[in-house]
Amino acid sequence: MNAQPTEGIRKASPPAQRGKLHVQASGVTKSFGNHQVLTGVDFTVASGEVSCIVGPSGSGKSTFLRCLNALETYDDGTLLVEGRHVGYEFREGRYYEWNTKQFAAFRSRIGMVFQRFNLFGHFSAEENVACALMEVRGFPKAKARARALEELGRVGLAEHSHKRPHQLSGGQQQRVAIARALAMDPEIMLFDEPTSALDPELVDEVLEAMKALARAGMTMVVVTHEMGFAREVADTVHFFDEGAIVESGPPAEVLANPRKDRTRAFLAKVL
Amino acid sequence: MSPAPRRNHRPTQLSGPDGTTVPVVALKHRERWILGALALAVFLWLAFTMATNPNIRWGKVAEYLFFPKIIDGIWITLMISVLATVLGLVLGVVLAVMKLSANPVLNWLSTLYIWFFRGTPVLVQLIFWYNLAFLFPTLVIKIPFTNVGYLWNTNDVMTGFTAALLGLGLNLAAYFAETVRAGIQAVDTGQTEAAYALGMTPGKRMRKIVLPQALRIIIPPTGNEFISMLKTTSLVYVVAGNDLMTNASQIYKQNNLIMELLIVASLWYMVMTAIATFFQSKLEARYGADAVRLVRKPGVLLKTVSAAKSATPRAADDVAAAGKDLS
Repeated sequence: MNAQPTEGIRKASPPAQRGKLHVQASGVTKSFGNHQVLTGVDFTVASGEVSCIVGPSGSGKSTFLRCLNALETYDDGTLLVEGRHVGYEFREGRYYEWNTKQFAAFRSRIGMVFQRFNLFGHFSAEENVACALMEVRGFPKAKARARALEELGRVGLAEHSHKRPHQLSGGQQQRVAIARALAMDPEIMLFDEPTSALDPELVDEVLEAMKALARAGMTMVVVTHEMGFAREVADTVHFFDEGAIVESGPPAEVLANPRKDRTRAFLAKVL
Repeated sequence: MSPAPRRNHRPTQLSGPDGTTVPVVALKHRERWILGALALAVFLWLAFTMATNPNIRWGKVAEYLFFPKIIDGIWITLMISVLATVLGLVLGVVLAVMKLSANPVLNWLSTLYIWFFRGTPVLVQLIFWYNLAFLFPTLVIKIPFTNVGYLWNTNDVMTGFTAALLGLGLNLAAYFAETVRAGIQAVDTGQTEAAYALGMTPGKRMRKIVLPQALRIIIPPTGNEFISMLKTTSLVYVVAGNDLMTNASQIYKQNNLIMELLIVASLWYMVMTAIATFFQSKLEARYGADAVRLVRKPGVLLKTVSAAKSATPRAADDVAAAGKDLS
């Protein structure tokens, strides 16, 4: 894909890393009680690639996304993110479970955008972005503040920096959430249905911010119901059903000419 | 009685069926006047019998109102209230976090603590701490397996004042822990997820993200706990804590002016409660207690005491209860 850094947008990952696999999952399973949510997911994302995961509600796509930054544990299979086994450290022939510090350090390199924004309610937009810079990266206050304003400017919210989340529209809140994740200089960005909780007229501003990010070469995994976005931006579309990926490929293939019946049935409903 | 719907504007005339202007006759609310008059009559009768009771020497009430020993007692009462509340709040937060911890031992100990201190009367706890010397005649803090450290005579340490602090503070902690726990649990789990996703550790998430937001829910009951504590300190008189109630009782035991001194004490408790209520309303306003406003409506007392906008009818009840506790 075209990953030329555009002015005013985040720089692309260094060329040396191009093509490197950011995420490698094979046979990932997960159960909640008796209900098996993930039945064996095989999935890869290369550096600079935009991957969209589509599929019916309850198919396990959000759960899988949350496994990628260890917000959810997986039961079995291999899950490598940035070349590290998520949740375990391999040492001297054994897997050692991560401690809280290792989890935190791992997650701080992975940006996550939630369906319900999850902005910190007691902070202004600027503090939302600056908070983790200070607490996790150890930035001094002035530096964190400057960086926060810069990131908010990128998503077009510089003049709203002093507002609390409840004073912002859903679209603005989600853009603050994107700025908050980007401020941490993530290696990869995860989006969990970022536009599903938005009023229809606010969806575009969030999708535009995400498209700009994709153009800048960010590695992205996007769980979405926005087929238009997937068609336009995705390098690969994965169709998720009953806890596994049924079909993967370029959007032109999966969305226009699905090979599997289940994919066809789903697309017939949403398109 | 359900409240009548309120209207901002009551028109005195409206246009009638034939287009001409017709006057509006206001509803008289006769039953409201009658019930109000009856209630007022009962109240005035009670007030009158109290005020004119020949057995109450109001002159003595006035005489003792600013008696030095009473004023000293007020300071001690305030000090015990503030310190015991602070102890209770700090320990309450610790207990709440323990109770929510993934560590089963901490969890279990917190539950045990809460059960124990809520399950025993505070009066028993006060007397227990006061008499701690029966169990431990001396208190020792030293480096283990050495003789380096400090030693105190328990009776010197466990004065009425410290017994009051411990008894009331530890007791409050048990109740407050439940309030804090509810507050923490009321914070959306999405906040925790976002904090983790940004790379915060569980401790940072709690301190920077969850607790500050839980405060909105925790703060309003804290004011009530303090107001309640102001009056609960009167129990301290069983361990001679030199507080307002202890001093008032010492005076009336000498001169037998029981009612007069109880009235003096009640008046001061009411003043303290009113002031505390005022500050509580400030706290609530500060923490934008939208949630609080949903469950409480402004009270009359505070509108008169302060210009503050939000107040609590509960606090007005507390003022009334201040007198009742002592009678």
